[in-house]
Amino acid sequence: MKLRSKHLLGLEGMTKEEITLILDTAEPFKEILERPIRIVPTLRGVTVVNLFYEPSTRTRISFELAEKRLSAEVISFSATTSSVKKGETLKDTVRNIEAMKIDMVVVRHQCSGVPYFLTQCLDSSIINAGDGAHEHPTQALLDLFTIREKYKKIRGLKVVIVGDIKYSRVARSDIWGFTTMGAKVAVCGPTTLLPYEIEKMGIEVHHDVDEALEGADVVNVLRIQLERQKGGFLPSLREYTNKFGINVDRLKRLNENFTIMHPGPINRGVEITPEVADGPYSVILNQVTNGVAIRMAVLYLLSGGEGKVE
Amino acid sequence: MPKKIKTVLVMDAKTIERALIRIAHEIVEKNKGAENMAVIGIKNRGEYLAQRVASLIEKIEGVQIPVGLMDITLYRDDIQTKLEQPLVQKTEIPFDVRDRVIILVDDVLFTGRTIRAALDQIIDFGRPRCIQLAVLVDRGHRELPIRADYVGKNIPTAKSERVKVKIKEVDGEDSVSIVKH
Repeated sequence: MKLRSKHLLGLEGMTKEEITLILDTAEPFKEILERPIRIVPTLRGVTVVNLFYEPSTRTRISFELAEKRLSAEVISFSATTSSVKKGETLKDTVRNIEAMKIDMVVVRHQCSGVPYFLTQCLDSSIINAGDGAHEHPTQALLDLFTIREKYKKIRGLKVVIVGDIKYSRVARSDIWGFTTMGAKVAVCGPTTLLPYEIEKMGIEVHHDVDEALEGADVVNVLRIQLERQKGGFLPSLREYTNKFGINVDRLKRLNENFTIMHPGPINRGVEITPEVADGPYSVILNQVTNGVAIRMAVLYLLSGGEGKVE
Repeated sequence: MPKKIKTVLVMDAKTIERALIRIAHEIVEKNKGAENMAVIGIKNRGEYLAQRVASLIEKIEGVQIPVGLMDITLYRDDIQTKLEQPLVQKTEIPFDVRDRVIILVDDVLFTGRTIRAALDQIIDFGRPRCIQLAVLVDRGHRELPIRADYVGKNIPTAKSERVKVKIKEVDGEDSVSIVKH
């Protein structure tokens, strides 16, 4: 069993077997994080470039730690302190970096499709760390891992994704991932933040959060991306909090042993109240821990021998 | 004409049991007891051999011997040359290896590369007092300066032959055989 591609661009089109392989591989990697020396020599001699065109705390540190714990050589690049400022194009930038001999590129970019574009101009393995409103596959994989860890299964669970579905790459990757693994997925948000025809992804669509939460096992609360709210999608944040914010009162509609997830960073008091975010059913920090194990698994599975074909 | 495959049985269940009992006694003799000892088996079949060796030592000495298991995939030296990444399995060392006598157990000693990986991995868990190696079969053809302290049976082989170890817990029976192509 192996992954069919040497790149990880998204969960769209990935099979259940491939996702299961990544989740299974992440389990032994999680144990490494508990060891006295949290490092294994597996990717010695492999050079990974982290190409971050957008700000990031969790994903960036998580990838860096995952790479370092596998003994890879890590180069971190951020657009704000590079020749991108002088107007160098993306293609020129990456081709110059690759000319210095590298093996893998982890990329975060504000435009959808950049990771795919890189596969067309580089020989390295490309890992998508979030592209525009397209996909954020490692986030969805760590969500799947966290849920499987708690329930020992994914099939049959009802997962509700609440918030800004339109601009959320996490939502898209989660929808692909959870539906492929056999969960029932529903999305909920204000009409302005729900993409047209999203139900064609095979999911339920709700405009009323109380209705959406009825009988759900997992609630993934998305961040209201404050930087994108100048477009007038919401009358006010207060109205959003009243109509869609997840508070203790709304949790009553969920199934027993429910779970609250959030990909971070949290706007406390906007999409989720602090009591819910810090409650015993919240797995937000487990998600962060599991993120390192998932990224180690992805790096491990995508590195290695020659002769892999797309 | 299809190639003829010949299988020769070299150890049966009884011989394996006798060899393990002797190994357990040799371990206790060499270390003058079993104090501060732990056994680590290398996945897959070494895991079960380790459990058997540990319980044999427990019977002889009347002390509890902690058992760990180890997957050495992440320490392999051929990981970037293989076509397909090998499946990584769990490593469980539920004790502190520092200052312990570690008995490393595997089914077959061949090139020595697996043992090299296992030694590196154990030392990343801490500094044991010593590491000793017990194997059911030593088939020769070492590629590294590694030898076993306890050997169930030395089996001279040609490099092209395969040594097939079967263990009750995995394969339903205990046996060692040589497969000739």
